[in-house]
Amino acid sequence: MNHAAGKEVSADGLSVVLTSVSSDSHTWNLVVLQLVLEELGHQVHNLGACVPDELMVSECLRLRPDLVVVSSVNGHGFHDGLRLIRQVRSHAELAGTPMVIGGKLGIAGPGCDRSRAQLTAAGYGAVFEDGTGLTAFQSYVGRLAIGQAS
Amino acid sequence: MSVPDTGSFGDFVARAHRSGKLVVQPRMGVSDPAAMRAGLLATRKAAATAVGTITLDSYTRMGDNANARAALAAGIELNGYPIVAHDPAVTRSVLDGVAGPDFPVQIRHGSPCPEPIVAALIQAGLHATEGGPVSYCLPYSRMPLEDSIPNWARSCDLLAELRSTGAEPHVESFGGCMMGQLCPPGLLVALSVLECLFFRQHGIRSVSLSYAQQTNSDQDTEALLALRRLATHWLPDVDWHIVVYTYMGVYPRTPAGAAGLLEEAARLAVRAGAARLIVKTVAEGYRIPTFAENIAALETAALAAEGCLTIAGDAVDTGIHAEASALIEAVLDLGPDLGAALATAFRRGYLDVPYCLHPDNAGRARSYLDSTGRLQWLSIGSLPIRGVVGPTDSAKLTAAGLLASLSYVERTFDNASLEQEFHAVSDHSSGSTDDRDPDPGNRSPAARQSA
Ligand code: B12
Repeated sequence: MNHAAGKEVSADGLSVVLTSVSSDSHTWNLVVLQLVLEELGHQVHNLGACVPDELMVSECLRLRPDLVVVSSVNGHGFHDGLRLIRQVRSHAELAGTPMVIGGKLGIAGPGCDRSRAQLTAAGYGAVFEDGTGLTAFQSYVGRLAIGQAS
Repeated sequence: MSVPDTGSFGDFVARAHRSGKLVVQPRMGVSDPAAMRAGLLATRKAAATAVGTITLDSYTRMGDNANARAALAAGIELNGYPIVAHDPAVTRSVLDGVAGPDFPVQIRHGSPCPEPIVAALIQAGLHATEGGPVSYCLPYSRMPLEDSIPNWARSCDLLAELRSTGAEPHVESFGGCMMGQLCPPGLLVALSVLECLFFRQHGIRSVSLSYAQQTNSDQDTEALLALRRLATHWLPDVDWHIVVYTYMGVYPRTPAGAAGLLEEAARLAVRAGAARLIVKTVAEGYRIPTFAENIAALETAALAAEGCLTIAGDAVDTGIHAEASALIEAVLDLGPDLGAALATAFRRGYLDVPYCLHPDNAGRARSYLDSTGRLQWLSIGSLPIRGVVGPTDSAKLTAAGLLASLSYVERTFDNASLEQEFHAVSDHSSGSTDDRDPDPGNRSPAARQSA
């Protein structure tokens, strides 16, 4: 298992930080994703709307989560998400924490393969753009919980 | 450089209303100034009685002008117009010869810290904007109400100073929308009135009260009539009008479903005597709309409004007026300073917005959709409306249940439009004519209820 610096997944499921990006105030996405994760048996720390990069990083350093889920729908998610993961990855303690991103990430509808590739190159384990449905995400989280995803 | 005369927003709407025209307005904002000007010009030329909008981007809303400037420098397109990052002269050139007494332009932003935005719009010669200390804080930020309220008070003061120059600044409350969906109408109506009272306390003399179309058109009509009665009562000495927002929740994805919901909103606005409508486009469920999509929406709404009449008299009273009155009076009883009263009301849970994650929201009130698509209280927390609402009980919230409520309107209108397509195909293939209602709008439950 290479996530969360060797921390074992407890019987309470994964410890998940769920967060928006600094410019995005939408929260229905967060409310629904929290319920989805809890129904799969995981512990969710929902950081809410408009999370400043520094707050997000300090919460991750404090909580040392097994998974970070970034959700954004306002169209700035691609750029805010890239900036955010660079800050997270600059901390050695968080260098290997699995992170995924999803939502409506650009202002012109679902992005191109290149923008998804940029997000994964920056360190996101998966990109779930609008229209993907939640099943792919649920199975990703399931694999992570049994130690198969990275 | 002199500041252009961009006319009074409230006057323009009042004149249109008197001549029986519904004013229609888009949400529209792009980062490039030349494109922004083109969008305003296109709005002005639309076959409708329209006012212009400059919608601001999310960085500017958050006061993050560094990231707005960085995006401009890098040529990254934003989700709105960064009015603070652009030089005032640039914004004046966007408006020059476009905005005027016959085409007022409003700034729509969504900021709990609007002073730099208000300063920028004043420098550009504008004086109409939107928001409120509660409605631009809870759905739009994590900023404490204790900060948003004084920020909004100072912004109103800045705008009110314009009155000495002969201009009549206008502020629209976003209180009738809040989270966009699943908020029972009584609370939306109360918040709209309370925020307009706050604007009035801070020297604003021309306001608009908003109400966002919800899930059932009879309930919406009742809510709008209650809003009108309460505005008449509480705002006797200021210029006010009512603005309807086309549905602000999860929007239909089919073009016909999207247009059907917009037309329904236009009819609702006229029926209930509202003066202005903010439209939504066919792109709503997907991405920021193009100018062409926005102009088409303005024209669709104007056309739907034309064939419609304002109803005289009252709608069936299910208690929305009583509920809103109880909420307004409970807040006013907390003290003469409305800003302080609003903060106390949220602390005590007298105001509590369902499903709002903001740290200052109590989060004990919950809502649900009943079998007729009406929004009802599931639990009222500490809302002072027990006498009006009666007993409630609570059920467990699940992802599937919440998603079903969130998508109720989308499904209703998309299913109606898909069914219509299916009938078109089968009618065509069988070559038969039957007595089926030719008006597709009548197939949606919401439309049927309003007939
Ligand atoms: C409700 C709403 C609002 C409310 C939000 C209240 C709140 N605090 O939450 C209000 C009215 C306040 C609002 C404001 C704004 N909004 Co808005 N809003 C909507 C609307 C109508 C519905 C969103 C919603 O509630 N969906 C329900 C939830 C459950 O679904 P969801 O958000 O899509 O999330 C699901 C999936 O996307 C996916 N998902 C999301 N994230 C992730 C992450 C992972 C890892 C995974 C697996 C899946 C996933 O799963 C989620 C749960 O099912 C949408 C349009 C629409 N869809 O109809 C616009 C929309 C999202 N808004 C938009 C915008 C731009 C804004 C504003 C910037 C204003 C503006 N310029 O128009 C501001 C935000 C200010 C800011 N600082 O960012 C745009 C975004 C455009 C884009 N991406 O290209 C949209 C698409 C409308 C449009 N077409 O212009 N909005």
